[in-house]
Amino acid sequence: MKVSLHLKELRKIKRSEYVVRFLFGGAVSVVAAILAERFGPAFGGLFLAFPAIFPASATLMEKHERQKKAQAGITATLRGRQSAALDAFGAALGCVGLAGFAVIVWKFLPRHGTGIVLFAGTITWLAFSVLGWSIRHKRRWLFRKS
Amino acid sequence: MLLFAGGATLRHSAYSGLPIRSKDAAAMQYILRFLIAGAVVCLFAALGDALKPKSFAGLFSAAPSIALASLGLTALKHGKIFASVESRSMLIGAAAFCIYSLVCCRLMIRQRFRATPVAIIALVPWLVVALGGWTLVLRSWR
Repeated sequence: MKVSLHLKELRKIKRSEYVVRFLFGGAVSVVAAILAERFGPAFGGLFLAFPAIFPASATLMEKHERQKKAQAGITATLRGRQSAALDAFGAALGCVGLAGFAVIVWKFLPRHGTGIVLFAGTITWLAFSVLGWSIRHKRRWLFRKS
Repeated sequence: MLLFAGGATLRHSAYSGLPIRSKDAAAMQYILRFLIAGAVVCLFAALGDALKPKSFAGLFSAAPSIALASLGLTALKHGKIFASVESRSMLIGAAAFCIYSLVCCRLMIRQRFRATPVAIIALVPWLVVALGGWTLVLRSWR
């Protein structure tokens, strides 16, 4: 399965849907900061891994797939839900990368520059996530062959 | 030296270099945090929308968007050790997120629930795992 970038998909997303994501992401960040100041960094840090992107993405994905099928004359379909479920499974794999990001920042931030550590953490997140996805994908392919 | 009436604590803004009230500085930090986090979340969400297959796009749903937006400002305001402790807690948060995603996946595939209620209901296991991890592990971890 090839990974591809479809920029025209972005045109299907309404401006209001981006506004909702913007407000939700901003609000979670502020709440995390307030909780960290009130209850300490160990508590506030939990909310840095709050699912801020997934709820809106899954909802939109299901809605767009349903609309696509409705345009083709199919009203009752599970396709939207299946796409959202696949997105959720991808997010579960991405959590391995998120943990990698956390370890890099936790261990290296006290002794190194903030910018470089956050950059290294992001690269680690991407590498671990893509590696996890590739292993999962290759395993499925191997089992299907045998 | 007091520059403002009322004897408010003064500090120098890291951005403008001008002395401002600490309450104003805190409000500015929150606004800045809000704007940066919103923008980063939109950026990762757009990447996820444009990528195929969907299981790969899902990786971007677990992007460290809030952390990237927050940790830099936290390190500036409270110091690097404070930000480092927050990152350590992210490990429990990431485990909770993993459980959340698997619960969402199962409810949508097996129980055939719709995405919106599932994404909201599954926040309960996220909270249970996150708060459980905080109570059992992080509170006593020095």
